[in-house]
Amino acid sequence: MNKVHFDKHRCKGCGMCVLFCPQKILRMSADLNDQGFSYPEVSDPDRCTACGMCFRMCPDCAIQVDKEGVKTSDKKETTDVME
Amino acid sequence: MLTLKRTDVLTDACTHYCPGCGHGIAHRLVAEVIEELGIREKTIGIAPVGCAVLMYDYFNCDMTECAHGRPPAMATGIKRIQPDKIVFTYQGDGDLAAIGTAETIHAANRGENITVIFINNAIYGMTGGQMAPTTLTGMRSTTSQDGRGEHGEGPPLKVCELLSTLDGVCYLERTAVSTPKDVIATKRAIKKAFQNQIDGKGFSLVEVLSMCPTDWKLSTVQSVDFVNNEMKEAFPLGVYKDKG
Ligand code: SF4
Ligand code: SF4
Repeated sequence: MNKVHFDKHRCKGCGMCVLFCPQKILRMSADLNDQGFSYPEVSDPDRCTACGMCFRMCPDCAIQVDKEGVKTSDKKETTDVME
Repeated sequence: MLTLKRTDVLTDACTHYCPGCGHGIAHRLVAEVIEELGIREKTIGIAPVGCAVLMYDYFNCDMTECAHGRPPAMATGIKRIQPDKIVFTYQGDGDLAAIGTAETIHAANRGENITVIFINNAIYGMTGGQMAPTTLTGMRSTTSQDGRGEHGEGPPLKVCELLSTLDGVCYLERTAVSTPKDVIATKRAIKKAFQNQIDGKGFSLVEVLSMCPTDWKLSTVQSVDFVNNEMKEAFPLGVYKDKG
């Protein structure tokens, strides 16, 4: 399953990931993190396509995206780590 | 499984930048390029004065800090003494295009083999939103309260256009970090600017149009729109010079 993970402690609640997710599956939490910001939650994880738009737009590098079923030959950037 | 994650060229520190600030995206792109080119051990970065003044805390490569506006002069010195090192400066509009104009123009004209990352957010951020050389015509700031241009401030300074007239310059491109497509294009431009230095081609500068929600007094969404609608019109994106 494709998965998006948020490091909620690093998040500053800017909402860029919510704004740019093409699947519109992100929303901001009602809770606050220890910096005092609300942080993103995934409303429907199954619909995440692991496109990485949220990762690309996050100014705080608080997002990790795992994509299943990708071949090494599909790797475009070395920072796309194969695991 | 393929994983998109934070590069090791960034430290674990949380940045001091405001929510939605484009500096964080630009930092990630520079760090990823350093990782991808395998040059971390020989890269020396020069932090500016301005919002990015503490960037040496955020990069896991050699970094130094410089007097306001002088990074191209310092980069010249470092690169000439240690030509095998990869030297980059990271500067805002106040640093590069106001107090540092002379250093910028002369380093470019001499064709110094360095890489300059220029973050243009049309305002002085760290000092609280004063007019910058790149503030748009009609844009309000704490020192242009009726909008720039009403009291003889002149139009915004277009750095890529200005430097494109200099023979010493190798590569100039203006990009943005306000959409995923622009972010990808910015990374490609930054990579080319570093590759040019590795290949000994000379002065390369990437101007990145970037968001400053706090000093623009806009929300994240509005500041993304401001870059896409207003800034891109005043500062057209594209390659301004490429000696190849
Ligand atoms: S990876 Fe793409 S689909 Fe998944 S949460 Fe991020 S932006 Fe949305
Ligand atoms: S883009 Fe990053 S910092 Fe902004 S809300 Fe999303 S996870 Fe948080």
